[in-house]
Amino acid sequence: MLEIPVLRWGKPYESFDQQEVVHFETGEPLAKVHQANAGLVKMDMRKAQRARDLLREIPCSKLLEICKNAADLYMTAELPLGNGKQTPEEFCRIQSASTGMPEWMCAGNMKKISFVLENMESILDSLTRGLPLDILTRGYGKEERGVMMSYQANSPVLGLVLPSNSPGVHTLWMPILPMQVGLVLKPGSSEPWTPYRMTEAFYQAGIPRECISVYPGPHDVGSTVTELCQRVMLFGGQQTIDKYKGNPNVQAHGPGFSKILLGDDVVDRWEDYLDLLVDSIFQNGGRSCINASGVWASRHTEAIADAIAKRIGPAGPTSMTDPEAPLAAFTMTGAAKAMNGQIETGLSEPGVTEVTAKYRDGERLIELERCDYLRPTIVHCANTDATLANTEYMFPMASVVQCDQKEMLRKIGPTLVCTAITEDQQWSQQLLDATHIDRLNIGPIKTNALNWLQPHEGNIVEFLYRARAFQNEAPAAH
Amino acid sequence: MTDNNNLDELVKQNQEALDAHTRESVQWHFSPETGSPYWLEKAKTLDFNPLTDVNCFEDLNKFPLFEDDELRGGPVDRWIPKALLGKPTYVFETGGTTGIPKSRVVIDDFRIDYENFSDTLPDESFPKGSNWLMLGPSGPRRLRLAVEHLAQYRGGISFCVDLDPRWVVKLIKKGKIDEVKEYSAHVIDQAMAILGAGHDIKCMFTTPKLLEALAMRLMDEGSSIEEAGIKGIFCGGTEFTQQWYRFAREELLGENVYITPTYGNTLMGLACGRPFDPADDYKITYYAPQPRAVIRVVDFDDHTKVVGYGETGRVKLFTMTKELFIPGFLERDEGEREVPHEKYPWDGVSGVRPYHKIAQSTTVGVY
Repeated sequence: MLEIPVLRWGKPYESFDQQEVVHFETGEPLAKVHQANAGLVKMDMRKAQRARDLLREIPCSKLLEICKNAADLYMTAELPLGNGKQTPEEFCRIQSASTGMPEWMCAGNMKKISFVLENMESILDSLTRGLPLDILTRGYGKEERGVMMSYQANSPVLGLVLPSNSPGVHTLWMPILPMQVGLVLKPGSSEPWTPYRMTEAFYQAGIPRECISVYPGPHDVGSTVTELCQRVMLFGGQQTIDKYKGNPNVQAHGPGFSKILLGDDVVDRWEDYLDLLVDSIFQNGGRSCINASGVWASRHTEAIADAIAKRIGPAGPTSMTDPEAPLAAFTMTGAAKAMNGQIETGLSEPGVTEVTAKYRDGERLIELERCDYLRPTIVHCANTDATLANTEYMFPMASVVQCDQKEMLRKIGPTLVCTAITEDQQWSQQLLDATHIDRLNIGPIKTNALNWLQPHEGNIVEFLYRARAFQNEAPAAH
Repeated sequence: MTDNNNLDELVKQNQEALDAHTRESVQWHFSPETGSPYWLEKAKTLDFNPLTDVNCFEDLNKFPLFEDDELRGGPVDRWIPKALLGKPTYVFETGGTTGIPKSRVVIDDFRIDYENFSDTLPDESFPKGSNWLMLGPSGPRRLRLAVEHLAQYRGGISFCVDLDPRWVVKLIKKGKIDEVKEYSAHVIDQAMAILGAGHDIKCMFTTPKLLEALAMRLMDEGSSIEEAGIKGIFCGGTEFTQQWYRFAREELLGENVYITPTYGNTLMGLACGRPFDPADDYKITYYAPQPRAVIRVVDFDDHTKVVGYGETGRVKLFTMTKELFIPGFLERDEGEREVPHEKYPWDGVSGVRPYHKIAQSTTVGVY
């Protein structure tokens, strides 16, 4: 069987503790993943600075080339994995088998990662606002306009506590190495595949092995990574987000509560945007934080809900190898059932109606022997106080909420991606000023249409580097 | 005679001794002259007569399972056997993060337990006459007094640094991780001060997490456990895994510092680890201090059925000292049943970990 060791600054370590990753449908063991203990992480973190020192010996321009090579290797090469090897096709198959994502979605996520790596130069140029990258290496330098700039790394490494169910989010840590910061990865228990394959692609492309550690392990390994790395990106539910709120060392990613707002000036033409609404809710199995979980409008909401429901309501599970499989499975026992129960409770509130039920044959919850599915669900909320007006679940589910335009900004709550379809200049300015919206699209743009030249949930450059004053000559008198 | 025959003979002798000890214990605890009010009262509810119907260890299965809730609340002197009334008595607590803690009255058991344990320690790693550092929970637990007695019994003096796990659990539940770190640093500061004060400390009791924290602090200051003068560590109190044992020996301590895992609690005394064998892949096997306490690995669904060697089951504890009688109590742990060893010719248990059905609801390993 495939055995995957812990990687301690690139050095394989075989632990006595191992965890099997199993096929979610058959229970067949797919691999044994060696488990780190918290002490190993503590011991290794004492050498974290070495990762940054080694990366700083490689010019950023060279690191950008390495990223391009890594992108190619990740997409096309047979790469070592523990005691075996893995082709890209095998990667998609095994990732699908452990996470419940259809294979075509796994392949799609590979493309996203590869795209980010290939275009790293433009991405960094954009995220750093055109900063010459050698300023990150040296700590200071002059921009073309002759202004002295100084950036100080907040941490020699970025710790990542990664999720089990959403391979797409791995794109977020791709820009770290070319910014000369080391990686400490704690993979999710069902999705060790992307961290290991990416790590191997980086190694083969020329990143020194000592710059990346991969620590699969139990919960306390994740908390040790979070505690010891001075900068950490982690993924979890709302509780996790709340726990790290206000902690400048931690960038916590959770449910996005992404929404589409239809302005009063366009809402009578809502049918023109139906494709956009459907795609924002439905693509990638509705699993991403950037999938829309709400559509807000002041009128026509019942018709909008019905039209979306008619399009996506009939969708149901198919084989993981189906190139058009629309839904991902829930592989954690009881998770789908619990969500279904919460939705049913929400539906009992006044003014809340499920619209999809009439378009599907059977129940929302499909319970199989070893996994479950939730079929697409569109809910109409006649008021904004309903619990389901602002919820998010990891399947195609959205609420179409009736709300006056002037109330929307006050009522929508924290929103990762907000697509506001409007030409109303005054409202647009209010949207621009709204601090509870992270990524703002004004115009007909899908919530899940990412522009990698834009920051995603905070600018990774600002997270990793601190802009500060620096002088190496006395300032002019004034 | 082969080694196996020797071991078989030892096992047989020990079984006979255990049966005899069981009979003696039951007579002591259920006799109206010597028994405790608790057991004398309990005997009235049993459908058998312990004094006549318990003739061997297996007969203890006639008792219903002992529920540890019985140990919560007073009056605690209902547990004291009449024959021991009037002797200086301690009460040690276990649990108690929420609600009323479990209490156990003790007169001499902790001393006897630790004297017996002392005899299993190698003198070269725990030199007689050397001083000890006790780094772990004291308070109402028996550990501080027990380790202090162990040090004194071996001719040394014990220096104690306390950690209150109940406070740590409260902080963790409130999500006050920074305060947990600060408290942990405060505990390690005190240990560092004692180690640096010229007390010639060579031996230590601590828990895995505190040992990890102390070793890392010493490394941060350019030193090590070995350079601090420690030769032998007896370590336990929280989960001690095979992987952690290996990590401790390979990376935390270096080859010149001896570490022995222990498994114990207020009801059992102190189980000893099978002597370390590198060929055994750092496997940790514990043997209870028979016949004063007995461990059986039993079927998850039928606690009267012992599982086969190598099979997994729940740890069931029996305690039979002059002070305490527990005829079968299901511990909050599970593990694998292990074959007897020449040094400990009775059943052992390996891979001890929190019982899988309650593990998720328990905050373990905070200290």
